[in-house]
Amino acid sequence: MNMMSEATLEKAVDQKMNAVPHKMIGKDVSVYYGEKRALFDVNLNIRENTVTALIGPSGCGKSTFLRTLNRMNDTIDHCRVTGKITLDDGDIYDPSIDVVELRARVGMVFQKPNPFPKSIYENVTYGPKIHGLARSKAELDAIVEQSLQKAGLWNEVKDRLHESGTGLSGGQQQRLCIARAVAVSPEVILMDEPCSALDPIATAKVEELIHELRANYTIVIVTHSMQQAARVSQRTAMFHLGNLVEENDTDKMFTNPDDQRTQDYIMGRFG
Amino acid sequence: MTDMTSSLAGASQRPASTRRDIGIKRRYAAERRFRAYGIGAISIGIFFLGLLLWTVVSKGYTAFLQTEIVLPITFSEQVIDPKNERADNPAKLMTANYPLLVRDALVQKLGIDPANRADVKLATDMVSASARTQLRDVVVANPAIIGQTVTVALLAEGNIDSANKGQIDVTVDEANRKVKDKQLGWMQTLAQDGAMTKSFNTGLFTSGASSRPEAAGIGVAALGSLYMMLIVLALALPIGVSASIYLEEFAPKNKLTDLIEVNINNLAAVPSIVYGLLGLSIFINFAGMPRSAALVGGLVLTLMTLPTIIIATRAALKAVPPSIRAAALGLGASKMQTIFHHVLPLAMPGILTGTIIGLAHALGETAPLLLIGMVAFVVDFPGSPLEPSTALPVQIYMWANEAERAFVERTSGAIIVLLIFLVVMNLGAILLRRRFERRW
Repeated sequence: MNMMSEATLEKAVDQKMNAVPHKMIGKDVSVYYGEKRALFDVNLNIRENTVTALIGPSGCGKSTFLRTLNRMNDTIDHCRVTGKITLDDGDIYDPSIDVVELRARVGMVFQKPNPFPKSIYENVTYGPKIHGLARSKAELDAIVEQSLQKAGLWNEVKDRLHESGTGLSGGQQQRLCIARAVAVSPEVILMDEPCSALDPIATAKVEELIHELRANYTIVIVTHSMQQAARVSQRTAMFHLGNLVEENDTDKMFTNPDDQRTQDYIMGRFG
Repeated sequence: MTDMTSSLAGASQRPASTRRDIGIKRRYAAERRFRAYGIGAISIGIFFLGLLLWTVVSKGYTAFLQTEIVLPITFSEQVIDPKNERADNPAKLMTANYPLLVRDALVQKLGIDPANRADVKLATDMVSASARTQLRDVVVANPAIIGQTVTVALLAEGNIDSANKGQIDVTVDEANRKVKDKQLGWMQTLAQDGAMTKSFNTGLFTSGASSRPEAAGIGVAALGSLYMMLIVLALALPIGVSASIYLEEFAPKNKLTDLIEVNINNLAAVPSIVYGLLGLSIFINFAGMPRSAALVGGLVLTLMTLPTIIIATRAALKAVPPSIRAAALGLGASKMQTIFHHVLPLAMPGILTGTIIGLAHALGETAPLLLIGMVAFVVDFPGSPLEPSTALPVQIYMWANEAERAFVERTSGAIIVLLIFLVVMNLGAILLRRRFERRW
């Protein structure tokens, strides 16, 4: 009975979601690596305070699309992006946009946990320091505590903030990376297969964390795990061979997708 | 029993018929052979290294000891300043006949008839001619000593030193021998008296060039080498590291940068004497810098060390995992911040190791220094890198050309000192790498 009511509640929430404003809008986004075209006119909107999962077989362009959202593709030679991506109505590829500022607003968590080989404290404070978010040591301390709290890591590391971040376990390292991203108060957090290097227990913790972060942040997550996409996201976008196949509510996507290819992929017929 | 054999045979027959002969035995034999070659190569290397060290050390360790003759010298006013002019004319003390003091002391000590000039000459020859400057320095430093008798340890002449160390074959006919029978007799007398002693050769480390082996040292050459190393460190490290950072992190990857990369690798292999010629024509002939100066030597060695440092630094930068760069960029750090806050600190051990190895290489370099006039007879310590100086390996080269037996051991002694410097630098490089190496 209780289960039922919870399910209906979520349905209701999802229905309301359709009215949620779009945080980022991608219009006709194409990406070229030299001569090779990796994305074909993708139109995808990211809703505010929503977890959007990007799924699809390897090499389908989902990570490429994710990286266009905070211009991490800029660091790759011969990479060219066409089309338009906006963040709160501002074109992020506009020449007047400072990429440093953009990345402070759109944070990123990577596939492999990559803490700096410095102390846990320094890992979290690095972002706030370079962006001038704290004026005093006390403010920095507060940011460290809040960020680690949000990443669910505070209780585990509060007594060893000055030990190396690389000494933590894989799952803890990944949550430290999330804390590090959260510390600069971004609006959007991009996650590129954040759990692929973690064991199931650490994965469960990170997924739980994604659930909690949703209240304050817009999250885009690339994942290879159908179950994970189903568990953590409200919206799902399916990519195939550089094309956006389908974008829909996660519930609908996993029960009654519009596109045959989505059906096949989810059923494990290819990919 | 028969059942078992037949079943075994059956079992082994079936796969054998389908499996190719891939020569397992030959494969193992090849591996064993390869290992034997490796062990052989290493043994040859160790043998020659041992031989080198053995020759150098067995020839050179005696250079760290020096024979001294301890004599009671009477600083007679009659000899030094007979007319008592030293108050008006201090130069008098510089030109006094100090060898006479030594002669008088020796004649008295050995009981030689002062009228027998041949014997007196033989006896005074046992003491180094550097006694003149040694006694002069004592008197100039303290003129009040005149009139007193003080015991002074004088350096023995090079051949006497060698004879005292047993390096001269006394069975050779006297006429063909540097040390005469009479001198050998006196040496025994002095030794029994305790007047001939061997002590640690501090002069080897504090003196400059000298044509008398007993007074020659590597002090001046070591100072020249130190100047050059400081210049190399001050120039090659910043230039090399900036060049590497630009090439590795900022420069676009195109034909031009490819060409530069190939040329840097080629420059690392250019014979060092070519750098000497380059230095001669650019720094001395064109820029008009002083000849024989440590400054020019340092600049030439900088040019020579740069490719080594650039290659090592680029390798160290490349070895920093891209995930660290991605993490910093993802947080909104600029490229510059990413490099200076994260990449460079992580690459530092590799950079320092490369620099130290480059410096060690430069320290042992001789050929380019010959061309810029650093193969010089320098007696005084250079006060600045602009003054004429020489370098440790050049000093070794010059001593190796000398004929006296005492220079042979000093050559090996100087090689030991140079090798110790090199070993210490390389150990430093290894320790730095161990200390700061990080794992991901």
